[in-house]
Amino acid sequence: MSTIVNRRDLAFFLYEVFGLEQMLGQGDYAEFDRETIEAVLDTAEQIATERFEPLAAALDADEPRFVDGAVEMMPEIKPALDAFSEAGLIAAGFDAEVGGMQLPFVAQHAMSGMFTCANNAATNYLFLTTANANMLNTCASEELKARFLPPMLEGRWYGTMCLSETQAGSSLADIRTTATPRGDGTYAVAGSKMWISGGEQPMSENIVHMVLARTPDAPPGVRGISLFLVPKYRVDDAGNVGEKNHIALAGLNHKMGQRGTTNCLLEFGDGGESIGWLVGRENEGLKNMFHMMNEARIGVGLGAVMCGLGGYLYSLKYAQERLQGRPASDKSPESPQVPIIRHADVRRMLLAQKAWVEGGQALIYYCGTLQDRERLAGDDDTRDQLNLLLELLTPVAKSWPSEYCLEANKLAIQVLGGYGYTRDYPVERYYRDNRLNHIHEGTWGIQGLDILGRKVRLAGGAALELLAAEMQPTLEVARGSDTLSAHADALAAAWQQVQQTVAAVAGCEDRERALANATSFLDGFGHVIVSWLWLRQALVAEAALAENNKDTAFYEGKLKACRYFFRYELPVAITRLALVETLDDTCLTIEPTQFTG
Amino acid sequence: MDKILVGLKRVVDYNVRIRVKTDGSGVETDGVKMSINPFDEIALEEALRIRERGEASEVVVFSIGPSDAQQQLRTGLAMGADRAILVEAADAVDPLSAAKVITKLIEAESPELVILGKQAIDNDNNQTGQMVAALWDRPQATFASKVELADGKATVTREVDAGLETIEVDLPAVVTTDLRLNEPRYVKLPDIMKAKKKPLDTTPIADFGVAPDDAFEVSEYAPPPQRSKGVMVEDTAALVAALKDKGLI
Repeated sequence: MSTIVNRRDLAFFLYEVFGLEQMLGQGDYAEFDRETIEAVLDTAEQIATERFEPLAAALDADEPRFVDGAVEMMPEIKPALDAFSEAGLIAAGFDAEVGGMQLPFVAQHAMSGMFTCANNAATNYLFLTTANANMLNTCASEELKARFLPPMLEGRWYGTMCLSETQAGSSLADIRTTATPRGDGTYAVAGSKMWISGGEQPMSENIVHMVLARTPDAPPGVRGISLFLVPKYRVDDAGNVGEKNHIALAGLNHKMGQRGTTNCLLEFGDGGESIGWLVGRENEGLKNMFHMMNEARIGVGLGAVMCGLGGYLYSLKYAQERLQGRPASDKSPESPQVPIIRHADVRRMLLAQKAWVEGGQALIYYCGTLQDRERLAGDDDTRDQLNLLLELLTPVAKSWPSEYCLEANKLAIQVLGGYGYTRDYPVERYYRDNRLNHIHEGTWGIQGLDILGRKVRLAGGAALELLAAEMQPTLEVARGSDTLSAHADALAAAWQQVQQTVAAVAGCEDRERALANATSFLDGFGHVIVSWLWLRQALVAEAALAENNKDTAFYEGKLKACRYFFRYELPVAITRLALVETLDDTCLTIEPTQFTG
Repeated sequence: MDKILVGLKRVVDYNVRIRVKTDGSGVETDGVKMSINPFDEIALEEALRIRERGEASEVVVFSIGPSDAQQQLRTGLAMGADRAILVEAADAVDPLSAAKVITKLIEAESPELVILGKQAIDNDNNQTGQMVAALWDRPQATFASKVELADGKATVTREVDAGLETIEVDLPAVVTTDLRLNEPRYVKLPDIMKAKKKPLDTTPIADFGVAPDDAFEVSEYAPPPQRSKGVMVEDTAALVAALKDKGLI
């Protein structure tokens, strides 16, 4: 069995739980049916399996190098990335009018997930290009789009996002990069940018940087930030690549994981002008950037889930094959050793991984389904509501998998024991790759502030009500089930705890104290949502088992994992939310001097 | 050349660990990933390259199998074949019956070249291509690792036990492919959409008037025996003795 995807489970999510087929054949998805979606996934799985997965360990070991101001890296990566681009996968989600295929979001997540699982570091170059092209397509002028979009969608030019600077990461208000008008509609961009993934690489014909910078008269803070497109090589009116645009590679960062993705310090305006174009309007850079941020953050969550999935599938396979020890009931040294999956604690570790990783997939595919519903919605009201719901869920989709699918990676290593700690097996790499997801695109702490300080109060709390309404049908059906009604009651109680906690925080006038435990709130809130998604899966599984005798092991496994989540996981979350409700100030009141005395 | 005919068999994907059904009646295919037989994918790739070089104008793919084999034909169309024919057969088809059906397809389509996989990875029979050539009474070039066409002839490099052998055959002919002939292309997403609009005709196998080969009977499927535990021997002499004892040398 593949260790980068479980196609049976994918079909369960897409068609049985989230009803993708009901969205096909209409609107933007008129040309699609289940068979087409499966053909797309087949192609993706084939390329990911044959071209990406075999290079993952080698790329991790053979990190790109900084040599004479340029990057040297494994030559084998470029042909793999080309296979992805030539299959049309960069453009898959785009509108037909710009050469895309209008692939539904949920299917895009399923497709790209296989590549992340196969080779996270190599895949980053492509997904950054997609994200960059997406922003260009949404915010840029027709003239800029005509010049830059086609080569990016064809995979000839790659893209990056240049937000952070050495002194300004999470605090973008403090960026210093400048953009000075040159009088011909273009700008000279100057300054240094830090943590730029794919900022330099020897593979693409050009690199298109999306850069946040300040114009000379810009107001201070976030209201004075504009977005610029600055290419590595200048591009003439006919779209030809010309001379260098004076962007110097000042250094490469050496990372714990995702080592095959170059991570750069770039100097714009080094020894000459770095000429760029304004994207959108002046001082609206952050708004334009955040237009894409929701998608980028869901993408981070997807990446975290897929690292978790890779570790889960690998450790599961290992546990079925590795012979070690004997059952507690049979200690005779003469009897054959058993596969380690026969030991209860190994099954606990596998079940925990299953509960987190499949729960995380449900969360991401649910968000994808909301994105699809938004794309197909016939009226603005529906679109606005779905957008509100996505706004609420985005910090959860970004953070929950980053925490719990990383825990899953920890257990995958544990299942392999000492071997799992060596580089001879991929599970330690999954752990290292995954560790980034809690940090980039807004750290866990930032996401906590976002949800508790802003999102739960969006539109007067309407976002929370929308989520409650989405959960309602599951609760109603589950209450009619002999085996699942207790879970429905537990979920309803957990939801009540969420509401109490939100009310307590809203009632606290001291904002610092109110938000002191925001990260814990996000943690517990995520668990409540994933509990709901497990109950939803369990209802589908129960109905399928009642209907016929097919795939019984698969569906019974779903019921077991749901039971695990409600017994082992949800109670912890309720405790956590109750603590946040008390406005506990332990973390807030410890003084800096008290850490060491 | 006008036309190339290519066979695509639906088989269990090469990555799947095969499981025998508990009643021994066959191999488990329920919920199992199915794909084009890899040798057949190579056959189609070769046909497409010949057409792209301008040496043929049409590539027609066919399959003999269940209605689900449409999926493999659609994949073939997405790779670039011009049209597809499904000969629908609910039950497994033995090599001779398949060869008879293919011969009838050849009569109807009059291709100058028929490219088939040298064998299918399900039963590994390695018979159908040879039988088609015999029934059609045309030359065959099996186990091809290189194919060149010129002046109504095909020059084919064959992988044989002793190494490589190059032969020349008059067209029309049957070529069967070996693994090193080429590396098949990946399907492009836009071509998946285009493939939906290409013609795919279905005919029941009964219409071909081919009776199953009664010389061919499947008695039972069984998994290979479990590997038994190894034995440590003291020295070479003991190893030779143990091998002799088992009748292996």
